[in-house]
Amino acid sequence: MSASVYRMPSLGADMEAGTLIEWVKQPGEHIAKGDVIAVVETQKGAIEVEVFHDSVLGRLLVQPGETVPVGTPMAELEIEGGPEETLATGEAAALTQLAAPAPPAIEPGPAAETVSAPTDTRPAAVSRPRASPAARRLADRLGVALADLKGSGPDGAVLLADVEAAVRHATPVPSPPPPPRPTAARRGLDFAAMREAIAAAMARSKREIPHYYLSHAIDLTSASDWLNAQNAEQPPDRRILLGVLFIKAAAVTLHQFPELNGFDRDGRFDPGNGVHVGCAIAIRGGGLVAPAIHDADQLDLHTLMARLRDLVARARAGSLRASELADPTVTVSSLGERGADGLFGIIYPPQVAIIGFGTPSQRPWVLDDRVVVRTIVTATLAADHRHSDGHRGALFLAQVGQRLQEPKTL
Amino acid sequence: MSAETIETTYREAVREAIRDALKRDPRVFLMGEDVGRYGGCYAVSKGLYDEFGPERIRDTPLSESGFTGAGIGAALGGMRPIVEIMTVNFSLLALDQIVNNAATIRHMSGGQFNVPVVIRMATGAGRQLAAQHSHSLENWYASIPGIKVVAPATLEDARGMLWTALEDPDPVVIFEHVMLYNRAGRLAADAGPVPITGAALRREGADITLISYGGSLFKTLEAAAALAADGIAAEVIDLRSLRPLDDQTIMASVAKTHRAVIVDEGWRSGSLAAEISARIMEQAFWHLDAPVGRVCSAEVPIPYPKHLEDAALPQVAAIVAAAKRTLAQ
Repeated sequence: MSASVYRMPSLGADMEAGTLIEWVKQPGEHIAKGDVIAVVETQKGAIEVEVFHDSVLGRLLVQPGETVPVGTPMAELEIEGGPEETLATGEAAALTQLAAPAPPAIEPGPAAETVSAPTDTRPAAVSRPRASPAARRLADRLGVALADLKGSGPDGAVLLADVEAAVRHATPVPSPPPPPRPTAARRGLDFAAMREAIAAAMARSKREIPHYYLSHAIDLTSASDWLNAQNAEQPPDRRILLGVLFIKAAAVTLHQFPELNGFDRDGRFDPGNGVHVGCAIAIRGGGLVAPAIHDADQLDLHTLMARLRDLVARARAGSLRASELADPTVTVSSLGERGADGLFGIIYPPQVAIIGFGTPSQRPWVLDDRVVVRTIVTATLAADHRHSDGHRGALFLAQVGQRLQEPKTL
Repeated sequence: MSAETIETTYREAVREAIRDALKRDPRVFLMGEDVGRYGGCYAVSKGLYDEFGPERIRDTPLSESGFTGAGIGAALGGMRPIVEIMTVNFSLLALDQIVNNAATIRHMSGGQFNVPVVIRMATGAGRQLAAQHSHSLENWYASIPGIKVVAPATLEDARGMLWTALEDPDPVVIFEHVMLYNRAGRLAADAGPVPITGAALRREGADITLISYGGSLFKTLEAAAALAADGIAAEVIDLRSLRPLDDQTIMASVAKTHRAVIVDEGWRSGSLAAEISARIMEQAFWHLDAPVGRVCSAEVPIPYPKHLEDAALPQVAAIVAAAKRTLAQ
């Protein structure tokens, strides 16, 4: 066991402070890694924040109703599964130093700091946990400490499935249902506050980011024919929307255009660790959020559709999770069936690009030297000229268009 | 392609491809040992001598170096020769012509001369032809810059790769696995040329990627079916082109499944499987959830007795076992 501190997490570039709505766990209570520990009110609604370490909740430093800046210690944690031995003085000192500064506001890191952070600086006698490269990558992205996981692979190696299981455990839906707490008060959205947050982020974007804009008309006929044929054989709840094809096509294409997928950190480009597509979701009654579908490039269309449905439902109920708000590496905004031909988005900082899809419509189109009626969609890209140029942006849109010609491969 | 199909075999598909090429282009001719009056040692060219005559279906002396060199010379002179070599084992006698001449002349002439020759050869084991007729040395050729190397496994590719290879301005080596010649199946009645670059996904799956080509492809597909019965969804990649390798298809699949097993009838040491494994390490390391596995031939001269020959080659059970090992099952 070793002491750690749980701090007010940062849930996006525009978040400066959060209000604690309630502690979901009580002092002395055991917390499994991935459990929701608290609910924090932000301008995007009440967010459930997770902890990625087995621990016991210690003294509470912030009471419900208090508003504190990002990085403020909120509670003490006793981390389980830490090193058995007492920490050497030097290491303890190093830890204190590590724990001291508040995390930078834009870092989507884990909600708690732990003693396992300085693994690499420990004496050589402490062996590195065995883990597959894929498991390491996912654990790193989610802030899961490998040392805390029990590996199911050869010689106890941690595999991808072990990390995924730990994360699934974090999802509130399938965990064993605790007696429901009174939630009416903490749920719901403050539209005025959300509008303020959007205003701050968009004004900053327009002030600081030199946007360039590109537009590209894409023949969607084969994609929509293919999708209709697929959907015809599916029950309504398994049917896939065109918007999901857009997300997948954009996500996969971003592989070849890393300069569009990531963050601006004080003028320097920091590539995203995976393609986490922020999906712009309009909230009924006004307002907008763009929570992430993690690793959207790796998901099949059905999984992607299910994730999107779940996100939309939760975004509208005001119950998104911390990682969903903090992790998007790019945004895709799609106007759906009843809208305008195209949209020119404003980048959500610190991201560097936003991809827009207008409303598909029937248009005259030249195919094999003849004018025919085809379904056309206007795809757009707004990107940060500090980190990419229009030439690459144009290639990106052209490739998205190419991919949409072969929907089977998505 | 039309919906109408015909019943055919791999052997007939190759023959049809040769016949089609001979009809399309008067510069095309076939040459090799026993390809004419005898009809080819695997009966691929049976009937073509009667149909096209000795000028275009040419029997050669037993001298691989001589007739392969003649083919290269004819290509330099503007012809489009198809050189048939009985087996990859015998092609070693022509290695000098292929590696030192065919592969280098475009480079060494500063682009003034190119060598549009196509060299077909049988490869692989399974017919009890013993160690001097049964080896799989595709990887030797696949390591040589200046030539393209393809391995058609399906009827479509057997029918379609030859013409595309003849149209290529540079030398193309085509490997036909001896166990494929008798494979029967249905082929589109109007089947024609296919691309000779790029791999093909022969089966989709999310749990593991099985990478194979040529004679091992159908064993690999059989293994994938057996794995499916155990609830494991294997993706099967048919390399088709051994040089250049289609890294993009391989890496995209590994990024999806996080696991790969390569099935290659060559010997493990320095094999194509080794090359592919190294590329996966270089390009997809952070996607891997398990070490890359390999199923190759035993490192012995391929034995003559049936039971030993079977034991020396990659078989379905070994592929299934390797896949499960990779999945830690």
